[in-house]
Amino acid sequence: MIEIDWLWGLFGGLLIGCAAAIYLFGNGRIMGASGILGGLVDGSAKREWAERSAFIVGLVAAPMLLLPAFAEADTHINTNIAVLVAGGLLVGLGTRIANGCTSGHGVCGISRLSLRGILATVFYLLAGGITVLVFRHMLGVV
Amino acid sequence: MRLLIALFAGALFGSGLFISGMTDTAKVTGWLDIFGNWDPTLAFVLGGAILPMFVAWRFTKGRAPLTAERFPTPSDAPVDRRLVIGSLMFGAGWGLSGLCPGPAMATLGYGGALHWLFFAAMLAGMLLAPMVQHRFFERDAD
Repeated sequence: MIEIDWLWGLFGGLLIGCAAAIYLFGNGRIMGASGILGGLVDGSAKREWAERSAFIVGLVAAPMLLLPAFAEADTHINTNIAVLVAGGLLVGLGTRIANGCTSGHGVCGISRLSLRGILATVFYLLAGGITVLVFRHMLGVV
Repeated sequence: MRLLIALFAGALFGSGLFISGMTDTAKVTGWLDIFGNWDPTLAFVLGGAILPMFVAWRFTKGRAPLTAERFPTPSDAPVDRRLVIGSLMFGAGWGLSGLCPGPAMATLGYGGALHWLFFAAMLAGMLLAPMVQHRFFERDAD
């Protein structure tokens, strides 16, 4: 399976990029998952709640519709509740403090050659790599 | 119109995340496992996503979005402590869980209770972010 994994990755990646381009040219907005959700959560986007919600409805529904076409859809989620809760808190806090995540800083920022996007990506990849090194290879919980 | 575009972009984003393997936490932590058994798939996902957006940004020159007056201007925020520390926190959470905000939402429909637990923790982190920001980054506030 490894040989074709990269093809699925490339194809899925192109779809993600096209989605970001459609959101940009259609609504004039940056497609950043943490920003779209975060604005709803902290109420900083009162007038845009409808289109943000519509985006999230599409995001949640599409994989459910695709599910029957794929034999393997296990998410291999970590069953350690403490690890999951700590991870969720850090992702929520970090993306709001840094003002972006993989889609906003990574996809939309790097493609614009934005220094903030590129540096944010370097730092979250670095932290992710060190975290997996420590928590998988030393502590064995990831 | 804006609602339809948002719904479609969200669905395309969700499809791309699902097809590319970003919704499989094992693939994500495998990609972050630089010092172990490294899985390069996500490099193709990120590369594939950046490509259409790189072209899209070039097409924004002298044009306007379909339903808005202008394209978003690049953030004039500097590279500051918030960007660096926030991204490091996000990366740590990403490494622990294998989930960033987009896939965290894309898996809600089929991933089961543990995905909802992660999502709840992420929302809590997003809600806490303004407080943490106020407490620790006040001097950086613009």
